[in-house]
Amino acid sequence: MAGTAEKLASLRATLATAGLETLVANARVPLGHASADTALKGGLERGALHEVYAATNSETAATAFAAGMAARVSGKKKILWIRQDFSALEFGEISATGLVDLGIDPSQILLVCTAHADDAIKAASDALTCAALGAIVIEIPGSPKILDLVTSRRLTLACAQKNVTAFLLRFSARPEASTAETRWRVHAAASLKDEENWGQPIFETELVRNRHGRTGHWVMEWNCDEGLFREPSGGKAAHHRAVVSAPGDGPAAAALEGARAAHAVG
Amino acid sequence: MAKEKNALRLSALDRKATALGLSVGQPLANARAMLPELKVMAANDGADHKLLERIADWCDRFTPFVALEPPRVLLLDVTGAAHLFGGERALLASILATLRKQGFAVRGALAGTAMAARACARYRDGMVVAPGAEMETTAPLPIEALFLDPVTTHAFRRAGLKTVGQVAHRGRRELTARFGSAMVFTLETALGKTEKPISPRNPVPAYSAERNFPEPVATEEIIRTTLVSLAETLAEALEKRGEGVRRLEAAFFRADGAVTRIAVETGSPTREPAIIERLFREKLDALADPLDPGFGFDLIRLSASRTQMCETALADFNADLNAEREIRFLVDRLSARFGAHRVLAFQPNDTHIPEAAGLAIPAQELRQTKSTWEVRRKEEAPRRPLRLLAKPEEIEAIATVPAGPPRRFHWRRVQHDVVRAEGPERIAMEWWRHLVPQPTRDYFRVEDTNGHRFWLYRDGIYVREVGIPRWYLHGTFA
Repeated sequence: MAGTAEKLASLRATLATAGLETLVANARVPLGHASADTALKGGLERGALHEVYAATNSETAATAFAAGMAARVSGKKKILWIRQDFSALEFGEISATGLVDLGIDPSQILLVCTAHADDAIKAASDALTCAALGAIVIEIPGSPKILDLVTSRRLTLACAQKNVTAFLLRFSARPEASTAETRWRVHAAASLKDEENWGQPIFETELVRNRHGRTGHWVMEWNCDEGLFREPSGGKAAHHRAVVSAPGDGPAAAALEGARAAHAVG
Repeated sequence: MAKEKNALRLSALDRKATALGLSVGQPLANARAMLPELKVMAANDGADHKLLERIADWCDRFTPFVALEPPRVLLLDVTGAAHLFGGERALLASILATLRKQGFAVRGALAGTAMAARACARYRDGMVVAPGAEMETTAPLPIEALFLDPVTTHAFRRAGLKTVGQVAHRGRRELTARFGSAMVFTLETALGKTEKPISPRNPVPAYSAERNFPEPVATEEIIRTTLVSLAETLAEALEKRGEGVRRLEAAFFRADGAVTRIAVETGSPTREPAIIERLFREKLDALADPLDPGFGFDLIRLSASRTQMCETALADFNADLNAEREIRFLVDRLSARFGAHRVLAFQPNDTHIPEAAGLAIPAQELRQTKSTWEVRRKEEAPRRPLRLLAKPEEIEAIATVPAGPPRRFHWRRVQHDVVRAEGPERIAMEWWRHLVPQPTRDYFRVEDTNGHRFWLYRDGIYVREVGIPRWYLHGTFA
């Protein structure tokens, strides 16, 4: 095994010196959380569409989760954050100081405010033609008509074409058919019991859909210093809690719940 | 007809009414007595002005120097432009003919100075005054040709000075003493002795390119190719001076006289025709009121209303620079489509007030600043919320100790039981910015039983500043 790893490393080095970094860059980007990365076959795929659904009242957690993933795949490149006006009114505006505290450079982020979901998708389609972007985040509350399978396919194709990663951040929405590479469901998680004060941002994440691998359920912590996700440092025992499906999730969600139970890793 | 000096008076007349002996300023009752079947309409100064503006817009095709002189005079400075339209006489004739064809009763004249032209337009319609002949031409005109205020005109009439020439014969000193220097200046310009440039209603662009169409065009394709070729023409001129445009305006002159102007802005100087065309396409696509070609456009003009020196970018192979340029282009495109105030970038701001610290400003206007982002301390959990409410929302909170964090609170009709709390972090408002002193805020970071984290504050210090302080929720943490 060690031999294989070495060989891989030397191959990468060769590629890099040959000026083919882009090939290496195309590789999946590890989130940092070991078992999630295993399920993702090494990490989050670049140049693909990923969906993040926020559980009720966990919108900010989902925001941070999406921001973290976008920062992971972007490196130093810019992130275009498209948000609908209603989202800012209802859940609050993305705050620069909040980003700083997450270890994400606010100067890296461009914020596009749109009045409607249609405009948000238009902006996203345009942005996905710009290869200089690292990632885009499309924050859309509710379930507007435009977010159908056709749009999803169009975004997926556009992502692949210029290798820009897109995150569709959905608030108060029910899961819909899509061609996304992965779909996550994010709940806020409580700080660990043994901590007197709260620690780093912590999420209960369910990978409810994964095109090229298995699904799973993990508690992840965002490490603001290193800019990666990882297992909560205080131990995992604290985080067994029954997740109640959000009202209105319906039978499809119930089926997902079942699937999640089967894959629960904890 | 309009109300003037407590009486309804005639303010404008058509040709027929004038022929029947009515006059402007005549009381309505008087006119009705002469002509019982007289039809009158209320004067609408606003609409008149708007119409004059639109005619001025249309006149823009002849020269960028168009000045309004309400209620009904337009002044065009055609210096250096007349030859483009076949000479002064042909230019004047074509302007008058086109306006008349559209149903306007119009008089016009062309002279060396604006005042002389105005005087001639009133009394010598269609005249082109030979250079230097202003004095001979205006001298015999009645004193009203100077368009002075009624009191002055009346005074001249009373003094027996009935023509411009008679007034011109009086000593200047005498006139200045009696009527002021402004009147003398008007007189001098009418006589062509001095000149006063007109002040154009629109700033005159540094660069502009235009194309005339003998046959009006309406298709999107032609409009697009025209914009590209105009942009190429501009680019050539800009390149010679090493400049790029920051703001561009396209003016579409419709064959029926309507003019539509559309402007785009860029974040950094550019002169790339393809980029310029694309920005206009974004803007045109997003127009709530789409560009209506009607029967077609017969003139399209592209002008650079703001330019800036740009660093000569040789074909650089620097990937970073190229990426930066690509991002800037994207920002310009999105700004053109959604408006500059909707495409934002964060800029550090030297203030401790949470809502102002991370200001989002239009990305096109982002410049380097000295302020930097506050550095976060290692291994510290976020101190500021990721999502900040635009307006803090009042909550019902129950605290165990007056100065302590809340035990339980209601926000948006949901009860939250606090498990962990940190604080207070005391933030005093910037007293120098407010007339009324703002209460100090004591911020707490709290976590409820479900792991949701909030940023709350108590407005005012207990007892010292307020009686029973109120609680607000300002943001949420991840």
